[in-house]
Amino acid sequence: MSESNIINPENLVYEKTSVMTDRVLHYCPGCGHGTAHRMLAEVIDELGIQGDTIGVAPVGCSVLAYYYFDVDMQEAAHGRAPAVATGIKRTMPEKYVFTYQGDGDLAAIGTAETIHACNRGENILIVFINNGIYGMTGGQMAPTTLEGMKSSTSPRGRDIATMGSPLKMTDLVATLPGTYYVTRQSVHKPANARKAKRALKKAMEYQKLNKGTCLVEIVANCPSGWKMTPAQSNQWMEENMFPFYPLGDIKVPS
Amino acid sequence: MTKFTDMKELRLMKGNEAMAEAAIRAGADAYFGYPITPQSEVIEYLMRENPADRTGMQVLQAESEVAAINMVYGAAGCGKRAMTSSSSPGISLKMEGISYIAGAELPCVVVNVVRAGPGLGTIQPSQSDYFQAVKGGGHGDYKMIVLAPATVQESVDYVKLGFDLAFKYRNPVMILSDGIIGQMMEKVELFEQLPRSTEEHEWATVGKKPDRDSVIITSLQLQSEEQEKVNLRLQAKYREIEKNEILYETYQCEDAEYLFVAFGSCARITRKAMEMARAKGIKVGLIRPQTLYPYPYDAINKLAGQVKGILTVEMNAGQMVEDVRLAVNGKTPVEFYGRFGGMIPSPDEILEALEQKIIGG
Repeated sequence: MSESNIINPENLVYEKTSVMTDRVLHYCPGCGHGTAHRMLAEVIDELGIQGDTIGVAPVGCSVLAYYYFDVDMQEAAHGRAPAVATGIKRTMPEKYVFTYQGDGDLAAIGTAETIHACNRGENILIVFINNGIYGMTGGQMAPTTLEGMKSSTSPRGRDIATMGSPLKMTDLVATLPGTYYVTRQSVHKPANARKAKRALKKAMEYQKLNKGTCLVEIVANCPSGWKMTPAQSNQWMEENMFPFYPLGDIKVPS
Repeated sequence: MTKFTDMKELRLMKGNEAMAEAAIRAGADAYFGYPITPQSEVIEYLMRENPADRTGMQVLQAESEVAAINMVYGAAGCGKRAMTSSSSPGISLKMEGISYIAGAELPCVVVNVVRAGPGLGTIQPSQSDYFQAVKGGGHGDYKMIVLAPATVQESVDYVKLGFDLAFKYRNPVMILSDGIIGQMMEKVELFEQLPRSTEEHEWATVGKKPDRDSVIITSLQLQSEEQEKVNLRLQAKYREIEKNEILYETYQCEDAEYLFVAFGSCARITRKAMEMARAKGIKVGLIRPQTLYPYPYDAINKLAGQVKGILTVEMNAGQMVEDVRLAVNGKTPVEFYGRFGGMIPSPDEILEALEQKIIGG
């Protein structure tokens, strides 16, 4: 059977969503960003809200996220995405607004913006990629870096006494009355990716209700930053990240 | 007999409150702010007035000046007319966001009701943020259009003008007021309520349309060649602004043998000094730049050829005087007189400085 016989509409079992552009992703091989992007893009596609969605990209590895999502997007300064999203949502309340942020962006430099957007209950979706390291700048310690975990700025491992404990921002914002739906997921296996997608879809749908902020954390790997192969990094994530950042819903609508 | 409809709407208003009212009337879509003396009346007035009921304008107290300017960025990126206000230390915090707004070419109005610094300084009036406003403030090669009101009336008018210029050039506009103009009450004529714009700008994130590419608001270019192109585009825009938007006023310059240069509240005090000098037979004039960027270099250069000396008067340690010297380019002596740290010069002091530094010098 020749290739031209195989590539036929009736043989189609899976299609790349048109909400993702055809640009080649700049992410490292094995990185979770690509899958997380696709899950969110598929949600936007399935809900039919491509023309009603405005995204906010952070500073970090996903700084160029606006090249991959085929929706109108704004690039925020480091940590400021929830404030930018607030400005968008307050003046465009009928739009679906999301931020896509890493752990340094959301849980270090953007702590105030994150907590206060959640506390005001801004009707936005915050997608939080937590891989416990600064990937873009070359593997420095993040607010979510685990105890004892090595990075270029914690070469002997994170020392709690001098560097503080890893920050569980997701659990923290779940305590705020302004948040409506808070969950922690992963995308490292097909089953997990499907669950993450369901969570993202719920969060986007909740935005219509105007009930408050939804935050979906995705615990992710960073093979380059962790200096592991993709397979090793996924195993290491299961053994070390998941015990500290357990997967599952943290706050669900009552 | 005057009909009611012909009557102008005159009010006695505080500078800060007048700017807040002007924002509503200019059809602003949103204001994001954070309290700081001496400008908190802007957000207090807006919260009291609740413009959501009048025009649909949104008002939000942010968690910080940093957040407020980034909320402005988000709204401006959607093509909305957004404003924020603060005072010197708060403006320093906003500078990151202002640089991003300039880089992403977004329109907005930023009000700085200047207090004296450096650091926490004092809440008393000052003009010590001139450099920050006109020479950058944030990082990168960018310019804000800077309007310097000398009256509460100009504070009102410049909010409207500020939005017009911001959208004409897709550029941040700063209104450089100070603690005197922000806090004092004067009679103002308010312009009529303008409708909020419903225009969907092609450069704004309003939701992707099937017939166009997605809109991206960003100031990032990874390739130097592309980043240089952005800078060249910005510089070309700034040349246009310099060609079209210079504003200044001159007072009794026709026969002037000496010249004062002063802006904002300090120009009002200097004008009084000019009148006192005239009463003594000293032929002195005054030029008051209303736009600090773009700056009236040519107008000052022209006057420099006519006068025997120029005294620049500012409520700082000598900032605008550098632009005056650039404008004069050695044609005539340029001296400086200033009070700072929240101190306000008196007309007597200014006249004495003119006599000692310029006439006697």
